[in-house]
Amino acid sequence: MIRFILSKLLYLVPTFLGITIIAFSFVRILPGDPVLLMAGERGVTPERHAELTAQLGYDKPVVLQYFDFLGRLFHGDFGNSLVTKKPVLTEFLTLFPATVELGLCAIIIATLIGVPVGVLAAIKRGSWFDQISMTTALIGFSMPIFWWGLLLIILFSGILGWTPVSGRIDLLYYFPDVTGFMLIDSLLSGQKGAFTSALSHLILPSVVLATIPLAVIARQTRSAMLEVMGEDYVRTARAKGMPPSRVIGIHALRNAMIPVITTIGLQIGVLMAGAILTETIFSWPGIGKWMIDSISRRDYPVVQSGLLLIAGLVMLVNLLVDLTYGLINPRIRNT
Amino acid sequence: MKMITRMLVAASALAMTSAMPALAKTFVYCSEASPEGFDPAPYTAGGTFDASAHPIYNRLTEFKKGTTEVEPGLAESWEVSEDGTEYTFHLRKGVKWQSNEKFTPTRDFNADDVIFSYDRQGNAENPWHQYIPGITYEYYTSMAMPDLIKSIEKIDDYTVKFTLNTPEAPFLANIAMPFASIVSKEYADALDAAGTREDLNNMPIGTGPFKFVAYQKDAVIRYTKNPDYWGTAPIIDDLVFAITPDAAVRLQKLKAGECHLMPYPAPADIEGIKADASLKLDEQAGLNVGYLAYNTTMPPFDNPKVRKALNMAINKQAIVDAVFQGAAEPAKNPIPPTMWSYNDAIVDDAYDPEAAKAMLAEAGVTDLSMKIWAMPVQRPYMPNAKRTAELMQEDLSKVGVKVEIVSYEWGEYLAKSMEPGRDGAVILGWTGDNGDPDNFLSVLLSCDSAGDGGANRAFWCNEDFSKLLKDAKITADPAERTALYEQAQVIFKDQAPWFTIAHSTQYVPMSAKVSGFVMSPLGDFTFETVDIAE
Repeated sequence: MIRFILSKLLYLVPTFLGITIIAFSFVRILPGDPVLLMAGERGVTPERHAELTAQLGYDKPVVLQYFDFLGRLFHGDFGNSLVTKKPVLTEFLTLFPATVELGLCAIIIATLIGVPVGVLAAIKRGSWFDQISMTTALIGFSMPIFWWGLLLIILFSGILGWTPVSGRIDLLYYFPDVTGFMLIDSLLSGQKGAFTSALSHLILPSVVLATIPLAVIARQTRSAMLEVMGEDYVRTARAKGMPPSRVIGIHALRNAMIPVITTIGLQIGVLMAGAILTETIFSWPGIGKWMIDSISRRDYPVVQSGLLLIAGLVMLVNLLVDLTYGLINPRIRNT
Repeated sequence: MKMITRMLVAASALAMTSAMPALAKTFVYCSEASPEGFDPAPYTAGGTFDASAHPIYNRLTEFKKGTTEVEPGLAESWEVSEDGTEYTFHLRKGVKWQSNEKFTPTRDFNADDVIFSYDRQGNAENPWHQYIPGITYEYYTSMAMPDLIKSIEKIDDYTVKFTLNTPEAPFLANIAMPFASIVSKEYADALDAAGTREDLNNMPIGTGPFKFVAYQKDAVIRYTKNPDYWGTAPIIDDLVFAITPDAAVRLQKLKAGECHLMPYPAPADIEGIKADASLKLDEQAGLNVGYLAYNTTMPPFDNPKVRKALNMAINKQAIVDAVFQGAAEPAKNPIPPTMWSYNDAIVDDAYDPEAAKAMLAEAGVTDLSMKIWAMPVQRPYMPNAKRTAELMQEDLSKVGVKVEIVSYEWGEYLAKSMEPGRDGAVILGWTGDNGDPDNFLSVLLSCDSAGDGGANRAFWCNEDFSKLLKDAKITADPAERTALYEQAQVIFKDQAPWFTIAHSTQYVPMSAKVSGFVMSPLGDFTFETVDIAE
């Protein structure tokens, strides 16, 4: 198992280096630069432009800038934001728990609903349940998140008044961050009603963010189940007179879970992309909104280091998924 | 509304701990953007100033609420020397600095604070010039303060003398701008000693109506009333900014009672807001202009007659109706009607395609093709540049002018549109900084601004026009200045370097329970006068 983990870790090194190049180049390929955007309609003289560019260190050859960036990375220095002047890592760590909280909730919703729906749709293949659920999944998958989020806000917060419109907790609760996870901090604060308020704020954004992964997971579960249920060992189990619940629960589902887990793991990337829009609509102070703001301001250090941190994280999750295969299927860890 | 009631209860709980009246009033503002920081000097965004300069700080001079008139601020009075280059400010006595858990002031505001606040921006040798690596003072620089200010001297603790290199009539308005906020020298020294200089930008201390309490990044900013405020004390006890970037969501929050007031509603929502009895809507002509700037150095656009003909071929009212949804006033002058010296006697060129056609033929222009540049972003002065360009394209095709619409990414658009020899006319606009006509006319249309680093995108250099602006800049008498600017607008209209599009209306929706909010022509959001009905 240790060799398995080590070999997986080794793969990460070139991938990580590749990401540093992509993250570094991405924001520089975009037209426009931070100095121009800062000046706006007013304009900036070429001398002042050059002076500011030099002050930011962006007058050096790009390759040199890249190695500077890499060198500082190895010392754990992710740079400072051009706008807020604060260390990128500090900002990331401040905002990251909000995204994790939202992402975890979304993935839990997506899995808890998506897997059973997929299983049921596979068992009752061709039934009205199968057709309705898979059509809904297709609609969910193609839903423009921005529109969907706004629609839910107007319905549940505006018309029905069941959920708050946006934010992480009611403004009347005010306590310092301990973990950065609002559900935990609200409990720790000991303020009455804080936890309920945090939870109610989490519902709509989680549902919106869960929509696409939920659709993907349900469809993937269904097709994996269908495939497994056609296998000889399932037929044999059935022929032996095993009750259907055991056939499905033990033989089919366990084997169908491998592609489903892969899918769930891959949804982390989708979640990050979805978080950008979801966080903007729901005024959720996470890293998605932070990235959008920084890209539009061409805040180079934030975009490059932020992308790197996010990519690093997605890689880590994928690694964990790979390791989980090893746990589920011993044959994988020996190859 | 349930939410607000609950908020009041909790706010009063908070207030009791901080020894304030038991019935605390909390006002929630759904702000549109996160502040970049809380030191106003290094930043340029209005959203940042609403969170820093306006609630927390004061300046030597201030804009009178709801106007662009300058009134005394931290300077109680001032004298200007005969030649207009020396300003002696008499500072207000007994102005208390705020405190926070790390700092308690030992003295009141005085001349040292004024000198420190300016010197750190203008003097590269000042140890606070780069108190955060990479910090710059773009507003100070772009308002030409480094060239303008020769020296600042402390005469005594409550008297400061500014000496300028040249007379500058808008100077008093310039120093009422957010970048010129006065920060505490004593606080800076304390931070220096503690080795936490960046806290000047994180934990601000000012003299303004509200004290900073806390900022949760991208989510919430909290302030509390400054009990020692030297001016009229705020009516509300606590002020909260709930950062909500999306306009539609802001409106939902306002409707749900999660906030009391919001900036920048979407134009499409205005009718719905007017119809909602639980809300009210303040409106005011914005201090802005949207325009189409020809390249007046390129034939045939170097001929005023051609420009005039094109202006007459475009149906301005149709643009105001379709693009601004009526929320704008068609523009005839380069400055908005709310600004002093606006020349209302000027008659706009009539929309007359037939006459335009004839004028083009007279100028010998046939088969004209041109480009129109449409901005890729929405700005307060222009909700949809692409749609505007399309309407122009259609109108111009009727007089036989073929238009190609082009666009670039925003940063690139700003840079490329200032390149000499630019092909095409550019849609852009301007929002005033300080309410002075010079801040529009000199910045956007003078000979000086037609070159590198300027913002004169028509590259229009008319000696007579520029001379009038220069004279007005060194004239102290407002009546004389008004006459000069009025004359300048006559030349502008005659020479037509722009097609002036519109001055867009600014709207502020708020809960019907809110009273006392005063809209600022400069687009600032300030809350010391607001109240909420129980």
